[in-house]
Amino acid sequence: MPVERVLPSSEGHDLIELTREIAAKEVAPRAAVEESAGRFPREVLRTLGASGLLGLPYPEEYGGAAQPQEVYLQVVEELAAAWLAMGLGVSVHTLSCFPVAFYGDAGQRERLLPGMLGGDLLGAYCLSEPQSGSDAAALTTRAVRDSGGFVVNGVKAWTTHGGVADFYTVMTRTSDDGARGISCLHVPAGTGGLSFGAPERKMGMRSSPTAQVRFDDVRVPADALVGAEGEGFKIAMAALDGGRLGIAACAVGVAQAAYDAALAYAKERRQFGSRIADFQGVGFMLADMATTIAAARALYLDAARLRDAGRPYGTRAAMAKLFATDACMRVTTDAVQIFGGYGYVEDFPVERYMREAKVLQIVEGTNQIQRLVISRALARD
Amino acid sequence: MNIVVCVKQVPDTATERKLRSDDKTLDRDAADGVINELDEYAVEEALKLKEAHGGEAAVTVLTMGPAKATETIRKALAMGADKAVHLTDDALHGSDALSTSYAMAQALGRIGFDLVVLGSESTDARTGVLAAMLAERLGVAQLTQAKKVEVSGTSIAVERVTEYGYDKVEATLPAVVSVVEKINEPRYPSFKGIMAAKKKPVETLSVADAGIAADQVGLAGAWSEVAEFAAAPPRGAGTIVKGDGDGGTKTADFLVTKKFI
Ligand SMILES: Cc1cc2nc3c(=O)[nH]c(=O)nc-3n(C[C@H](O)[C@H](O)[C@H](O)COP(=O)(O)OP(=O)(O)OC[C@H]3O[C@@H](n4cnc5c(N)ncnc54)[C@H](O)[C@@H]3O)c2cc1C
Ligand SMILES: Cc1cc2nc3c(=O)[nH]c(=O)nc-3n(C[C@H](O)[C@H](O)[C@H](O)COP(=O)(O)OP(=O)(O)OC[C@H]3O[C@@H](n4cnc5c(N)ncnc54)[C@H](O)[C@@H]3O)c2cc1C
Repeated sequence: MPVERVLPSSEGHDLIELTREIAAKEVAPRAAVEESAGRFPREVLRTLGASGLLGLPYPEEYGGAAQPQEVYLQVVEELAAAWLAMGLGVSVHTLSCFPVAFYGDAGQRERLLPGMLGGDLLGAYCLSEPQSGSDAAALTTRAVRDSGGFVVNGVKAWTTHGGVADFYTVMTRTSDDGARGISCLHVPAGTGGLSFGAPERKMGMRSSPTAQVRFDDVRVPADALVGAEGEGFKIAMAALDGGRLGIAACAVGVAQAAYDAALAYAKERRQFGSRIADFQGVGFMLADMATTIAAARALYLDAARLRDAGRPYGTRAAMAKLFATDACMRVTTDAVQIFGGYGYVEDFPVERYMREAKVLQIVEGTNQIQRLVISRALARD
Repeated sequence: MNIVVCVKQVPDTATERKLRSDDKTLDRDAADGVINELDEYAVEEALKLKEAHGGEAAVTVLTMGPAKATETIRKALAMGADKAVHLTDDALHGSDALSTSYAMAQALGRIGFDLVVLGSESTDARTGVLAAMLAERLGVAQLTQAKKVEVSGTSIAVERVTEYGYDKVEATLPAVVSVVEKINEPRYPSFKGIMAAKKKPVETLSVADAGIAADQVGLAGAWSEVAEFAAAPPRGAGTIVKGDGDGGTKTADFLVTKKFI
C-alpha cells in the first residue's frame, strides 16, 4: 500500500503520483538486477531528469520547479524506496547544485543553472579526501590563482557519480587559513587534467559509482569560483545541512521498502500452523518498525518545514539524519530477521536493503558527527 | 499541420472489470479509468510528428467518454498535446463501434484535421475497427497498424505490420493512421507538463454541438446488441508435472498438447 502523505498543495500530489508511476515502471523493476551487476543506469536518471525531478527545489526562472523541501524530499523518499542508488543520486545531484543556486552571482546562475537543473546533466559533490573525512576542514586539494583563473591539484575521495557526472562542485584550499582557507569551484567534466579512480567495490548501493576524482593541473577560469574566496567551508556546510535531509529521506524510503516486504511476508509465511505475523514476537517487531518509520518521516518533514519557513534548521536536520538512518539500519536488520533464511539470500530484496542502510549512517557526516553537531548546538545556544 | 489524436479512457486492466446488469454496458464507475495503453503510443507519435514538423503543427486530443474521462485527457495534455476536445453526452452511452465512429467523425469534421492518429485497439472493447470506420466515414485514406510513420509535405508513408513482416503504404493527407506499440516509446509527462496541462484549453462538445443525430448513437442507435453475458469461468487448478528425471520430457509433452511448442 502506498504511504499516506500529507502534502501542502495539489501540485505536490501530482508530483508524488508522477514519481510513483516512474518509480514503479522504470526504477524498481531494475534495482535487483543492476545492483548485483553493479551497473550505473545513467538512462534512468535521464528519465527522471526529463520529467523534471533533477531540479525540484530550485527557482522556476532557472528551470527548477520551485517545490518546497517538504515535497521534494518525499519525492526522494519514494525513489529511494524503489532503488536507493536513484534516490540518493537525485539527492546528491540536488546537493551539488546548491552552491551555484544560493552563493553563485547572477551571471553564474544564468549561465550554469538552467543546464544543471534541466535534467540532462548530472552533478557530483567533492568534499571528502583520502585523509580528511569527518574533519573536512583539513582538506588539502589546492587551487592556486594563475593568469586570471585557478590551477587545481589534489585528490578527492568517495565522490558519488565520480567519473560519470557532468560537473563537479569542488571544495579546494585557497589559503592555509584552516576552514577559512577553503573555496568552492564549479568544474565541468572534460576539463583537462581531471581523471578518476576505479569505482570503489562497495558493500551495497553498487549501482551508484563512488570514485576518487584527481586533479592534475586542472585549469578553470576565474568565474568558476562560487561565492567569495574563503567562503567554501561555510558553503559546504550549508549544502550538507540540506543534503542530510536528503539522506534522511532516503533512509525512510529504504526502511519503508524493507518494512513493506517484511509485513507482506509475515502475513503469508506459516509456521506452527499460523501466520508468523500472528506470533507476538514477530508482531511486536513489525509494530516497532512501523512506529520508527513514522517517527523518522515526521522528524525529517519537521526539519524540512523549518527550512521552508526560512528558519534555522541545521540542528533539526542533523537529528533527522541521525534518527532516520539509525532507524533504517534497525528496520532493515529486523526485516531480514522476519524473512528468516530467505532474508539472507539475494532472491528476496531485504538483504539488499540491509546492505544499503549501512552507508546512510556514514555519508554526509557519520552519525557520530551528527551527534557532535547536535550536542555542540545544545551547549552553545 | 493539424494532428488530432483519439484517446480513449478504459478501465485499468489491472483491476477487475465488470458489466452492468441493467443495460449490459461496461461498468465504468467500478474501475479506475486510465488512458488506453496504445493511445499513449498514438499521443507520442503525434508529438513526434509535431516536433519533426517544426512550429506550425498542433496536436489536439479527441476523447469520447463520460465526465471522468477528463483525467485521461489531462494525461495526454501533460505529455505535450496542445488542446483537447471532449465529446460527452448522456445520449452517447452504450454506443457500439459503428455509432462511435459516426459520432467521432462528426466531431472530427468540426475540429478539422490533416492527420488523425489512433491506437490500433482498445483494451476494453478491443474491436480494433475504429480507424477503418473513421477513414470510411471521413472519406480519407486509412493507414492502419503502423509501426513507422513519416510525413513530408502532404504525403504520408507508413510501415504497416502484417503477419509476414510489413507493407509500405503511402497516401496523401488528410489521412487516418492507427499505430501499434512497436512504433515508439511513449514519454512520461514532466512535472511542468502536468502543471501546464491544467491551463490548456479543453472544449466540451455535446451531441447537439457536434451535429450528431441523437437517435443514431447510444444504446438506442446501436446496430448491435449485447444479448447476454456470463462471468468468465474461474481458472482451473494448474497441472503439476512431477519429474523423476523425466520432468523436462513431460513438460514438453504437455506444452505440445497445448500447441505451445
Ligand atoms: C558510498 C559513499 C558515498 C560517498 N559520497 C561522497 C560524496 O559524494 N562526496 C563527498 O565529499 N564524500 C562522500 N563520501 C564520503 C563520506 O562523507 C565520508 O566517508 C564520511 O564523511 C566519513 O569520513 P571517513 O570515511 O574519512 O571517516 P573518518 O572521518 O575517518 O571516521 C572514522 C570513524 O571515526 C569516527 N569519528 C571521526 N571523528 C570523530 C569525532 N570527532 N568524534 C567521534 N567519532 C569520530 C567516525 O564517525 C567514524 O566512525 C561518501 C562515502 C561513501 C561510503
Ligand atoms: C462490454 C462491451 C460490449 C460491447 N459490445 C459491442 C457490440 O456488441 N458491438 C459493437 O459494435 N460494439 C460493442 N462495444 C464497443 C464499444 O461501443 C466501443 O467501446 C466503441 O465502439 C469503441 O470501439 P473500440 O474501443 O473497440 O475501438 P478500437 O477500434 O478497438 O480502438 C482503436 C482506437 O480508437 C480510438 N478510440 C476508440 N474509442 C474511442 C473513444 N471513445 N474516444 C476517443 N478515441 C477512441 C482510440 O485511439 C483507440 O486506440 C462493446 C463495448 C464493451 C465495453
